[in-house]
Amino acid sequence: MLDGQTDAGSGAEPLLQACGLTLTIGGQVLIDGLDVSIARGRRTVILGANGSGKSLMLRLLHGLIPPSGGEILWQGRPADPVAQRAQAMVFQRPVLLRRSVRANLRFALGVHGLRGRERDHRVDQVLEMARLTDLAARPARVLSGGEQQRLAVARALAMSPRLLFLDEPTASLDPASTQAVEDLILQADADGVAIVMVTHDAGQARRIGQEAAFLHAGQVAESGPVADVLDAPKSRPAQAWRDGQIYIEPAEEKAPVQGKKA
Amino acid sequence: MDSFWSALGDAIGLILAWDSDLIEIIGLSLRVTLTAVLLACLIGLPLGAAVGALRFPGRGVIAVSLNALMGLPPVVVGLTVYLLLSTSGPLGPLQLLYTPTAMIIAQTVLVTPIVAALTRQVIADLNAEYAEQFASLGVRRGARLAALIWDARFGLLTVALAGFGRAVAEVGAVIIVGGNINHVTRVMTTAIALETSKGNLQLALALGVVLLGIAVLVNAGVMALRSSAVRAAYA
Repeated sequence: MLDGQTDAGSGAEPLLQACGLTLTIGGQVLIDGLDVSIARGRRTVILGANGSGKSLMLRLLHGLIPPSGGEILWQGRPADPVAQRAQAMVFQRPVLLRRSVRANLRFALGVHGLRGRERDHRVDQVLEMARLTDLAARPARVLSGGEQQRLAVARALAMSPRLLFLDEPTASLDPASTQAVEDLILQADADGVAIVMVTHDAGQARRIGQEAAFLHAGQVAESGPVADVLDAPKSRPAQAWRDGQIYIEPAEEKAPVQGKKA
Repeated sequence: MDSFWSALGDAIGLILAWDSDLIEIIGLSLRVTLTAVLLACLIGLPLGAAVGALRFPGRGVIAVSLNALMGLPPVVVGLTVYLLLSTSGPLGPLQLLYTPTAMIIAQTVLVTPIVAALTRQVIADLNAEYAEQFASLGVRRGARLAALIWDARFGLLTVALAGFGRAVAEVGAVIIVGGNINHVTRVMTTAIALETSKGNLQLALALGVVLLGIAVLVNAGVMALRSSAVRAAYA
């Protein structure tokens, strides 16, 4: 749930909450008073045009960039490194170590304090889950793009996060690889992991998302159930995005400018 | 020109005959240089990696200093180490002057900035790629440095090679602190300088040929290792 809406029914405290988050770099306001609330075990997609601040928002929420203002709460308390360890993030371009598939997983689990047999067992489990068992001994960086991203998602899930951030994880993948990555995401959801994913693909937003937030100029232009935001957008930036138009902020109430199909 | 070819022929004869003086000089050269490069790597790799990957006060000053020190003149290093080790110097009581240890110290001083400065660059490039992922995983500083050094290992091998090349070919520092004493501190470069001035061109050339051969072999070995690593996408 986003933008101050409460989690219908449960009334429970949100997992992650950002209040008045801002990011200013070189005098330019990139994120402008963002209020976000992520409920436990829910799937949220972040939509918006290029440069609307989606990736920045993810990095701020995950604690990779310190905000210029505002506050991030993890289960009601200010987010700290412990909170960050309960989260994981998958980037658009998977960053894999110059080691084998297995060694990549071992490294990440080692960082989280797993050792010995416990770690080996978890590695095997995760390899199996991502269908990478046969590739375990291969250097990670010779895998195909789809296999690399599967490994990146598997590595993120290996740490049993409560919240998984994904920044356009399938942007450069073919349909089969996209499907495989989506399967892993939905599997994580079934295990109770909250999902926050940035995507440009409306179809993917429907498949993955329950909630959607549409970002424009560093602010949430609108949010709500994913079908509502996609099918009946209320805000003009979201309407323009749905229609494949480039939205330019009206100086004095101008109509959206015609643009190329996205 | 004829004298060159006859000297070269004699030199190859010396090498093939496995001349004991020649072997002793080559052995000491390798011992001094390899030890110095090893020590320079033990200091320079973590130092360069820290400057390349971590943010701390004074980082910029250290980076500039390391780059500047890469061009240290060997004779200045030799003189400085000489002053430190001479009887009246602060390390005089150790009585290390004119020993292979003094030569190792001088070469380590000479090579460490090279290893550290080149390491800084290699690690900074890799860190630019890894930094966000490491931050997301919550990797601590020490583990980050270790992982970066390990993952950059093939690039760093070339760094060590640059240090080796500088040390093995160096004459100014080792001749000042080692003194080129026969059977004690005579290495390939100092022997070449001495034998040439004495007109003993056969031994000088033989040593020159060996020096070149070692440089070629070490380079070829590292290149082969690197290209196999590139094939496995580990470099």
